[in-house]
Amino acid sequence: MPIWEFLETYGNRLASGTLVTMAQFGLATVIAIVVALVAGLGKMSHNWLIRGTAVVYIEIFRGTSLLVQLYWIFFVLPLFGVTLPKFTAGFLSVGLNVGAYGAELVRGAIQAVPKGQWEAAYALSMSPAKRMRRIILPQALGLMLPPWGNLLIELLKGTALVALISVADLMFQARQINASTFLSAQSFGIALIIYYILARFGITPFMRWMERVVARRLGKT
Amino acid sequence: MSFDWRWDFAWEILPRLLAATLNTLIAAGIGYAIALVLGLVFALAQRTDYKILTFTTREFVEFIRSTPLVLQIFFIFYVGPQFGIRLSPWMSGMIAIGLHYAAYLSEVYRAGIEAVPRGQWEAARAINMSTRDTYFRIIIPQALPPSIAGMGNYLVGILKDTPMLSVIGVAELMHTANSIGAENYRFLEPFTMVGIIFLAISLPVAGLVRLFEVWVRRKMGVR
Amino acid sequence: MDMSIYPLELPEGDRPMVRFMNVTKRYGTLVVLDQLHLDIAAGEMVSVIGPSGSGKTTVLRMLMTLETINGGVIYVDGQPLTHMEKGGVLVPADERHLRKMRASIGMCFQHFNLFPHMTALQNCMEGPVQVLGLSRDEARARSEELLSLVGMIEKKDQHPSRLSGGQQQRVAIARALAMRPKVMLFDEVTSALDPEVIGEVTTVIRQLVAEHNLTMLMVTHQMGFARDISDRICFFFGGKIEEQGAPADLFGDPQRDRTRQFLSAVKEAH
Repeated sequence: MPIWEFLETYGNRLASGTLVTMAQFGLATVIAIVVALVAGLGKMSHNWLIRGTAVVYIEIFRGTSLLVQLYWIFFVLPLFGVTLPKFTAGFLSVGLNVGAYGAELVRGAIQAVPKGQWEAAYALSMSPAKRMRRIILPQALGLMLPPWGNLLIELLKGTALVALISVADLMFQARQINASTFLSAQSFGIALIIYYILARFGITPFMRWMERVVARRLGKT
Repeated sequence: MSFDWRWDFAWEILPRLLAATLNTLIAAGIGYAIALVLGLVFALAQRTDYKILTFTTREFVEFIRSTPLVLQIFFIFYVGPQFGIRLSPWMSGMIAIGLHYAAYLSEVYRAGIEAVPRGQWEAARAINMSTRDTYFRIIIPQALPPSIAGMGNYLVGILKDTPMLSVIGVAELMHTANSIGAENYRFLEPFTMVGIIFLAISLPVAGLVRLFEVWVRRKMGVR
Repeated sequence: MDMSIYPLELPEGDRPMVRFMNVTKRYGTLVVLDQLHLDIAAGEMVSVIGPSGSGKTTVLRMLMTLETINGGVIYVDGQPLTHMEKGGVLVPADERHLRKMRASIGMCFQHFNLFPHMTALQNCMEGPVQVLGLSRDEARARSEELLSLVGMIEKKDQHPSRLSGGQQQRVAIARALAMRPKVMLFDEVTSALDPEVIGEVTTVIRQLVAEHNLTMLMVTHQMGFARDISDRICFFFGGKIEEQGAPADLFGDPQRDRTRQFLSAVKEAH
C-alpha cells in the first residue's frame, strides 16, 4: 500500500496517538521538573533524613529501568492499595524516572553557580530561602538548560513505553495498525518519523528559545 | 494493604530469574560490543571530507538518538519479514540495541576527539603521519580517558534497556518475570526481585566503570 | 573554653565599634590568626596590610561571618557577633543571630559579585527590599541616591555584563551601602581591576571617608591610597598584628624589621 493511501486510511489513528503521546510528554515533564527540583535541593540539605530520602529515590529510579518501574507501578502498586489508571501510571512513571536524572542536573547546576554569588547574598544578610530563590536558582537555570534539553528528548522516548500498558499513544496505535495490516515499514516507520519531528522540530527549537530567553534575562545578550 | 510477600514463592522463582539474568547480561554485552565498534565508525564517518557521507551519517545518528529504542526494536523485527528477511528476536534485538547505542557512543567519541588539542593534529602532520595512523596512534588514545565516564554510563544504560527486548519475546529478565507473573497470578515477587537484581547489577557496574576510568588515566599518564 | 572572661555586652565607657577579643582561627593544625586583639573606633578607617597568608583577609571574612572562629569573641557596636547570650553565658551564635548581626556589616569583594541577572539598580534594591523589608519605592529612592553618590546613576538600568570592572565595583559599593551598615569592609577591592580604573574606585572610597562617618576596615595592596585615607594602618604578619599606627608613623618610620622588609619589598614592586 503506497504511503499516501496509508496515511489517508490510518492518519486519524496515528494523529490521536500522537496527541496522547504529547499529553503524556507534557504531564511527565511537569512531574519530572517538580521532582528534580525537590530531590536536587533535597540532596544538598543538611537534614540527613531529607538528604537520605533524596539519595534513595535518585539511586533507585536511576539504577533500575523505566520499563521495570512502569510495570511495578501499574501491576504491583495496586497490591499496596494504590491503583492508578493506566494513563496516570504512565506519565507518573516516566516523570519519576526522568526526575531522578533531572535531580542530578539541578544539583550540578546549583553547585556550578560561582561561590562569590553565595557570599554576596550572604553579605547582604539574605535568608537561605531568599538566597536560593532570588540569586542562586535564577543563575542555575541558565546552566542547566542545555542538558535538560537532552533529558526531555529522553523523556519523549520514554513515553513510548506506556504503550506496553495499553495507553493509546503513538506507539500503541502503530502496533495496532501493524498487527492488523502487517505493513510494518509504514506503520512503525511513520511513527518513528513523527517522534523524530516532535524531538528535532519541537523540543530542540523550544529549548534553544528558552536558552536565549534566560540568557537575555541574565543580561548576557 | 492486601499484599503479602511470600518468601517461598520468591525462593522458588529465583533460579529461573537468575538464568534469565544471564541472558540479560549476554544481550547487554553483545549489544555493547556492537555499539562500541559501530559508534566509532559513525564518529569517524562524520569527520570525513566527503560531505555526503558526513551529512547522511549525522542525520542518521540524530534520527536514531531522537526516537524510542522500543520502536526501533519493533521496526527491525517486523520490517524484515515484510521484505522477506526473517530475523530472530535475538538478532533483531542485538541489531537494534547495537545501532541505538552506537549513535549515543558516537557522540561521546566525537566529543572526546574534538577535545584533543589542535596542536596534536598539527604535530602529527609535521612528521608526515598518515591520517589513519594519526587517528589510531595519537588522537584516539588521548580521546579515550575523558570518554570513559560517558561510555560507562551507556554500559549501565544498555543493561537497563534490555527489558525492552521482552516485547519481541527475548527471554531476558523482564520477559521471564512477566511470564512467571502471568503463570502464577502473582506479580509482586517477580517484579520486585527484577528491580532488586537490576540495582544489584547496575550499581556495582557503575562503580567498576569509575575504577576503570582511574586505571586508564593512570596507564595513559594522564592525571 | 572558659567564656566567663568575655562580657555579655561591652560596658558603656569601653565600646569601640568593632572589637576582636582574643580571636583565634585555625585550619586544621595551621593557625591563621593567633589570639588577635583589635579595636576599631566608630568612624575610624583602618587599613590592613601584609604578605599573603598573614591572616589579613581572614580578619575581614570573620567579621562578615563568612568564616567561623576557633577562639575568642568578636563584638560589633558592643554586642557579641560570633556568640550570643543564652542563660546568662555566651554560646556560639546560631544562624538567626548571625543573620541579624550581619545586617549591620557591609562587604565589598575583590570580584564584585554583582548579581548578573539584575540591573545595577536592582542589585542595590535587593537587600533593602528582601532583607530590610523596605517598600520598593523607598528602596529605589535610596538606591538611586547611592548610585549617584558613586557616579553610576546613568547606568542604573544596565546589567553587570555591560559594565567595566571599575563600574561594577562602584555599584557593589552602592549595594553594600544600601543596607546602611555600621561597618564597611573592603576586601582587596582594587586587586582585580585594570590599573586605569582603580582611580574610579579609590575616589569613591575617599569620598566615603571624607563625607560620611562610617567605620571602615580595608584590606589592600594599594599602599599610597591606604596611606592617604586611613586613620590607622595595621601590618599583619603570621596571624598577628606585627605593628600598627598612624600612616605617617608606620610608613615613615617603621619600628619592626618585618615591617621594614615588607614595605621595601612592596616599594620595589612599584
